[in-house]
Amino acid sequence: MLSHLPILQVVVPMLMAPLVLLIQPARLAWALTLATSAMAFAIAINLVQLTTSDGPMLYPIGGWEAPYGIELQVDGLSALFLLIVSGASTFVLLAGYQSLISEIKESKLNWFFGAWLLALAGLLGIAVSGDAFNIFVFMEIASLASYVLIAGGPNRQALPAVFKYLIMGTIGATFYLIGIGLIYIMTGTLNMSDIATKLPSVVDQTPILVAAGFISIGLALKAAIFPMHAWLPNTYCFAPNMVTAFLAACSTKIAIYVLLRVDFTLFQSSLIGHLIQFKIFLIPLACMAILAGAYMAMRDTLAKKIFAWSSVGQVGYIILGAALVSHSGLTAAFLHSFNHALAKGTIFIGIGLLALQAKSGELSSFAGLGRRHPLAAIAITIAGLSLVGIPGTAGFLSKWLLIQAVFEQPNGVIALLAIVLVSSLMSVVYLARFLETLFFPPAPAGSEPTLPLGATTILVLLALSSIYFGLAPALPMELATQAADTLLGYGK
Amino acid sequence: MIVLDLFHYWTFIALLMMGFYTVIVKNNLVKRLLGLSLFQSAVFLLFIGIAKVEGGTTPIFTKLVDSQVFSNPLPQVLILTAIVVGISTSALGLAIILRIKEAYGTIEEDEIQSREEEAQ
Amino acid sequence: MSIEQQLIALLTIPALGAVFIGVMGRLHPNLREAATFITAVMLASVAWSLASAVSHGARGEIVLSQLNAALSIKLHIEPLGALFATLAASLWIVNSLYSVGYMRGNKEKHQTRFYIFFAISIAAAMGVALAGNLFTLFLFYELLTLSTYPLVTHKGDQATIKSARIYLGILMGTSITLFLPAVIWVSMLNGGEFTLGGTLQGKVDGPTAGLLLALFTFGIGKAAVMPIHRWLPAAMVAPTPVSALLHAVAVVKAGVFSITKIILYIFGADWLFSLNTTQWLVWISAFTIISASVVALRQTNLKRLLAYSTIGQLSYVVMATAILKPMAEIGAALHMVAHAFGKITLFFAAGAIYVASKKIDITELAGIAKRMPITMTAFTIGALSMIGVPPTGGFVSKWYILAGAFEADNFLAIFTIITSTALNATYFLPIIYVAWFMPETVAPKKEHGEAPLAMVIALSITALLALGFFFYNAPVLDLERQLVEVMQ
Repeated sequence: MLSHLPILQVVVPMLMAPLVLLIQPARLAWALTLATSAMAFAIAINLVQLTTSDGPMLYPIGGWEAPYGIELQVDGLSALFLLIVSGASTFVLLAGYQSLISEIKESKLNWFFGAWLLALAGLLGIAVSGDAFNIFVFMEIASLASYVLIAGGPNRQALPAVFKYLIMGTIGATFYLIGIGLIYIMTGTLNMSDIATKLPSVVDQTPILVAAGFISIGLALKAAIFPMHAWLPNTYCFAPNMVTAFLAACSTKIAIYVLLRVDFTLFQSSLIGHLIQFKIFLIPLACMAILAGAYMAMRDTLAKKIFAWSSVGQVGYIILGAALVSHSGLTAAFLHSFNHALAKGTIFIGIGLLALQAKSGELSSFAGLGRRHPLAAIAITIAGLSLVGIPGTAGFLSKWLLIQAVFEQPNGVIALLAIVLVSSLMSVVYLARFLETLFFPPAPAGSEPTLPLGATTILVLLALSSIYFGLAPALPMELATQAADTLLGYGK
Repeated sequence: MIVLDLFHYWTFIALLMMGFYTVIVKNNLVKRLLGLSLFQSAVFLLFIGIAKVEGGTTPIFTKLVDSQVFSNPLPQVLILTAIVVGISTSALGLAIILRIKEAYGTIEEDEIQSREEEAQ
Repeated sequence: MSIEQQLIALLTIPALGAVFIGVMGRLHPNLREAATFITAVMLASVAWSLASAVSHGARGEIVLSQLNAALSIKLHIEPLGALFATLAASLWIVNSLYSVGYMRGNKEKHQTRFYIFFAISIAAAMGVALAGNLFTLFLFYELLTLSTYPLVTHKGDQATIKSARIYLGILMGTSITLFLPAVIWVSMLNGGEFTLGGTLQGKVDGPTAGLLLALFTFGIGKAAVMPIHRWLPAAMVAPTPVSALLHAVAVVKAGVFSITKIILYIFGADWLFSLNTTQWLVWISAFTIISASVVALRQTNLKRLLAYSTIGQLSYVVMATAILKPMAEIGAALHMVAHAFGKITLFFAAGAIYVASKKIDITELAGIAKRMPITMTAFTIGALSMIGVPPTGGFVSKWYILAGAFEADNFLAIFTIITSTALNATYFLPIIYVAWFMPETVAPKKEHGEAPLAMVIALSITALLALGFFFYNAPVLDLERQLVEVMQ
């Protein structure tokens, strides 16, 4: 049974998706989706334990051995992202029932949850897959399902936003496909470990270089790396609140996972000069993402858009850490993936709960809600502090490691340091703006006294885990270190 | 000759760029979606182009004769999957365009933007 | 209790106390005040027992959490930290008494929230005092900024929010952009561990040490070294109990404590003395002392005057530390205590005057001593302590700092001390004279006598402490002599 966990991780949500479609009562559909998501989470936890104790797991689907069959590969790096994705889905679903029924027509909820489970299956499939084309397939499953989720809400501004996301996302996936095609032409195989062994012996490096370019740009489009981030702010802002929470926590991270996995497995070890190209390409983009994200967040007036721009900046931090190609840099990147998923998920769940009583998405309609619902507001505050990187929260550790990685660089230390620190200050500014609006104005008249109790409990638990992982970060730290070791170990 | 030998690669690039141009430049959402389809078909061409082996035949075993040269079946299989993905994307895109038409009354990008700004 | 248990107790008592206060606050205000007192007394007793153990040479440390191979949250106890912890904990008791009188006398709102965040801030201050490595110090330093923010914004009106933005902006801005990189850099060099005599020698060269020192000095904004001083007057929008304990004792002392600790335990006083890239610290702190005193001369709002006086007095500690000679280091530690007693008395008196007469300007204080003799006596003692006149505590610390300056042939320091003493006298003595000897010129809104009893008792206690420190300072001396044993 345990050896089948990699395929079960994907199959369980995928098989439940059509079943959920048949269930009419919204509550029941939600409960079934939640149960499936929780099962996927349990499988992910199991896989984390197995990979930390026993090492990477290989699973040939249908018994067809690689490189002829499609192989699933779960190692420390995949396990971390499996945990992030399934955890995000489970906790958002747990906390999100009231928010979901307030935004989506009750008769359509079973379709919505069907799409949710497909998106979950797709994202999980990306993380377990060891075959390059298989990643493309799962990537498109996840993307198509998420387009459905985003367009499901009442806000009509979501529609042009999701159309733009569809166009840009498909172009990105197609670029990735072109890259994989070029690599297939030169090596004759699609299995990633196999490509890694075959690539060094390829004489003509030009197609490989072109492939690397296509794959990087394609995945950058999916991961919303500046300047290919244009789809993100509007999409996150106008999607239903719980969809934003789910996608903000994991969709761009999975694209980053694929980018780093493909790059380090295939290219770092075999393309001559690729390391420098990687750094020269990504570091300036990461810096621009960090600064642009923080700056635009400071200026915007829609509550969700502020934090959507914040995500653009945080993706920048993750890419910066990865682009430094050092052990502390990669560890910082992966730790920040975990911490950001936790913090951003908490914030968007919190905003979703408060939005049950806010009249519009404008920041001003949240005025004083913090006084009416102090628990939810304090949870958002703690998650926000983790985002900024205040000591005592999880976000501080990833920021510390990132700055440490910057110090270890031979040159450009001062510029990079200035960018990271100044953007942290800007994060304090936009967070303070949001919190000031929540706490200081008088509570709005006529608002209800309580938010749904279960949801608030989950929200507070998530916020407390940001503190917990800030003071006792053994688990994410170990996973992140393992992931960094795995990536740096290729080609040795 | 370089052009004739690599004919299908040139076609691939031409289709890719035509599709990409349409997606970026056109205002009408349906035209953009069509551009996307064109863009994706270019990639199909790339893959199928490499599947053909000179002197190769359809990759189906009729008798156990292993001295025959077969065309590569793998890219063809990959493209079947990619075509399915492309169709789903187009279908979803058209559904979204339908809803945009219901919500905004137009499917021209600039008009959608101006109607949204007016509403605010 | 063992040393390790006492260390944990010093953190958990105020933290749990905050919860206790919150719970009691829902029941009855008197229960809530009782909760505060019980917590404060428990904390002070543990602090005293720990301090006396340290006085006899005991040391100890405990790792609260190992974050990864290189980072940990660690507490330890040594003379300077023991002094700060005991000072803050003991004054918390007096301040709680004063707060009760102030909050009730002024009929303030949200009192439970006030007491809760006060307890959390004290917990953070304890964390700073007991920090065993730079990571832990930074952790509790930031928590102190965040936990005092709700106290500064207590009133909740627009002007308060604007001033609080300056407070938060300057403190967080300097700590994130200057203090944090310095902490990470040093942690990469020597793990951020505190060792008396410092461990950086040999790992960095002169200019780098100067740069690190600058990052620390200006990054630790709570020490209010110019130009990072504007947050202190901005914080005066807080209720006076907050200004008294936090901005005269806990927060600002956390700042100068951190600088002193880093100089003694990360850099090492002797090594810094041998470098010539670090002498600028004496210059900048001397400049701060003189400019702050000059600006204070021009203030008419009593609390702002006291704020600028505090800025100057804090740089006394920084300058004394920067002289890098044993007598001066002891003087720095003594001045932390003397200034705490004197300044808290002055703020208590200012708050008492406000509660009793609603007067906030020194131009309105003529003849007020006739109505409030006890308050003004306390004010006088506190002011004399700031000037450094015997028999007040301020004289003892100034004596030691001067002795250290002579030992180091630091004529700039000597000149600064003499000049600033004169300046302090110039802005304090007129207030005292006018209050005692001139007839009342500005009539109060209604007849008043002394402030509420709790406040008067509190400020009498601190005034007596300021006086008593002149006579009874041997324990502090013994404690701090251990600090300078490794120095030449």
